[in-house]
Amino acid sequence: MRRFALIAVPYVWLLALFLVPFIIVFKISLSDLALSIPPYTPTMRDGIGDMFAAFDFENFVFLTEDDLYWKAYLSSLRIALISTFMTLLVGYPIAYGMAKAPDEWRATLMMLVILPFWTSFLIRVYAWMGILSNEGLLNQFLLWLGLINEPLVILNTNLAVYIGIIYTYLPFMILPIYAALDRLDESLNEAAEDLGCSRMQAFWLVTIPLSKNGIIAGSFLVFIPALGEFVIPSLLGGSGTLMIGKILWEEFFNNRDWPVASAVAVVLLLILVIPIVLFQRNQQKQAEAEQ
Amino acid sequence: MTQTVFAPWDDPNQKPLIRFQNVTKRFGEFVAIDDLTLDIFEKEFFALLGPSGCGKTTMMRMLAGFETVSEGRIELSGKDIGHVPPNKRAVNMMFQSYALFPHLSVWDNIAFGLRRDRKSKSEIDARVDEMLKLTRLEKFGRRKPHQISGGQRQRVALARSLAKAPKLLLLDEPLGALDKKLRQDTQFELMDIQESTGTTFVIVTHDQEEAMTVASRVAVMDEGRIIQVATPANIYEYPNSVYVADFIGDVNIIDATATPTGENTYALNWIDGQPPITAETKTTFSAGQQAHLAIRPEKIRISTERPDDAANALQGKVLDIAYLGNLSTYHVQLPGGQVIKAQTANTRRIARRDITWEDPVWISWSATAGVLLEH
Repeated sequence: MRRFALIAVPYVWLLALFLVPFIIVFKISLSDLALSIPPYTPTMRDGIGDMFAAFDFENFVFLTEDDLYWKAYLSSLRIALISTFMTLLVGYPIAYGMAKAPDEWRATLMMLVILPFWTSFLIRVYAWMGILSNEGLLNQFLLWLGLINEPLVILNTNLAVYIGIIYTYLPFMILPIYAALDRLDESLNEAAEDLGCSRMQAFWLVTIPLSKNGIIAGSFLVFIPALGEFVIPSLLGGSGTLMIGKILWEEFFNNRDWPVASAVAVVLLLILVIPIVLFQRNQQKQAEAEQ
Repeated sequence: MTQTVFAPWDDPNQKPLIRFQNVTKRFGEFVAIDDLTLDIFEKEFFALLGPSGCGKTTMMRMLAGFETVSEGRIELSGKDIGHVPPNKRAVNMMFQSYALFPHLSVWDNIAFGLRRDRKSKSEIDARVDEMLKLTRLEKFGRRKPHQISGGQRQRVALARSLAKAPKLLLLDEPLGALDKKLRQDTQFELMDIQESTGTTFVIVTHDQEEAMTVASRVAVMDEGRIIQVATPANIYEYPNSVYVADFIGDVNIIDATATPTGENTYALNWIDGQPPITAETKTTFSAGQQAHLAIRPEKIRISTERPDDAANALQGKVLDIAYLGNLSTYHVQLPGGQVIKAQTANTRRIARRDITWEDPVWISWSATAGVLLEH
């Protein structure tokens, strides 16, 4: 009985906080837009039987008819993939440096990585607007150095979105890689060198393979939220930045089209299920390997 | 049939494989190796023995190339290797932690070094199979390091470090992680492999028994200096200092003042009111010089009656008996309060019962049983 209770707790948690909201969203996605409160029909007030009878998939069909949606999904995938890769390129050297730093420095460096979380995410994105705008800090600095003659247009482009995503999700990349590198026995690299590797070869043949799990975990932790990201593209991106999170927001708040917005959300979730399942399998494999 | 004794260190025409010339290594203010000079010859099984922090690991890491030399030079086959990086040295190392690559199979671990040499596939295959056979690991080639036992991991580490046929193999506490029984078996295995491959081995250990068992010569180190280099038998029977005598095996040290009584013979006054001890030595002591007599417990006889033939006989009282099965060690307290250990082999099945706690006994030894040391 107690064992059952223990297992029940996470399941109840999942049921209440994930499955029930998902079912509600899914139900709305099967409804039609209506001028009422709530802004869709049918509802429970029409009776359960009538409600089920009125459900249809026309919102999903609509998503395939308007090319805005699949273009937004594809564009989101591309932006998420590229920014995940860029975050890895920036994050790995930082994690490596942290793992190789003297012991007394590590706590401080770790603190510096986590420190940005102490400020609101929104404020930090606004700060980037201040840095990247035409009259912003970056352009002012480059003009002052004489490297450029007129300000670079960065804000409201995809580049600004990449910068925003890389900046925001960098700690999620650094921490798992650091954890993997930190556990790495230094004598493994020495052994590789002893057996004829140069430093660089030892890095590719020993360090990278042995931090693979950290790289995978960090990449998923960046990719999954980046795919559905909406604040960064709407604040830093321009009219040309097409991301599904932004579309979802607009459907929901600008068009007040809850059924289509819900359909967009359901499809996004289905797309996300694939990397989430892959991530879970990686975590499980890692746990098994450590036993 | 004459058998040639393997002793290249006694042959002035032999060129050493490794030569440390006045090597000093500092870490900041700390002197890890202090003006050390040493020759190691080809095909030797050389043991660096000492307590932790004595510099033995630093010496090994300098040979492998992981540490640079602060002063002096290290030669390998007559060439200075001070600035050769580890991957360019014909030296391989077996790490204390084994440092097996956890993401590679046993086979790939052993092939790792060969692949770096861009050897052909058939050459690599043949060499890895040879190494697996040498270390009796044929069945485990496909396994990952975490899927085999500690003893097997140790053999993989050995096979991997031998695969490139190095001129010199360094072993850093190679048996430290094994339990006692396995360690003893592995010691003999190591000696066999060393002999069959003809590789020069340098082993670092803090275990004196291990060093004595495997090595052709042992260097006893302390605080960055080599105190004595000799064969295991010589280091045991002719230690050059109290430090070495005490570090290797069990020993009784009697402090005394020496008085010459004849050629190479000295009378040792070790305590007032007791007859002096007679000892023979080739070292010259002046009258009244401080000396330390080091005698191994097994060289001391213990009896209930005063023996007639012994050069030295002292009466004492049994304080403790340590029964070790094959041996018994008696702790005998002398009139001055000093405790002397005497050891007898339990050759008879029933342990000698005529000596027990608190018994008055005689301990005796010959004039040549002990070593008279200056310091």
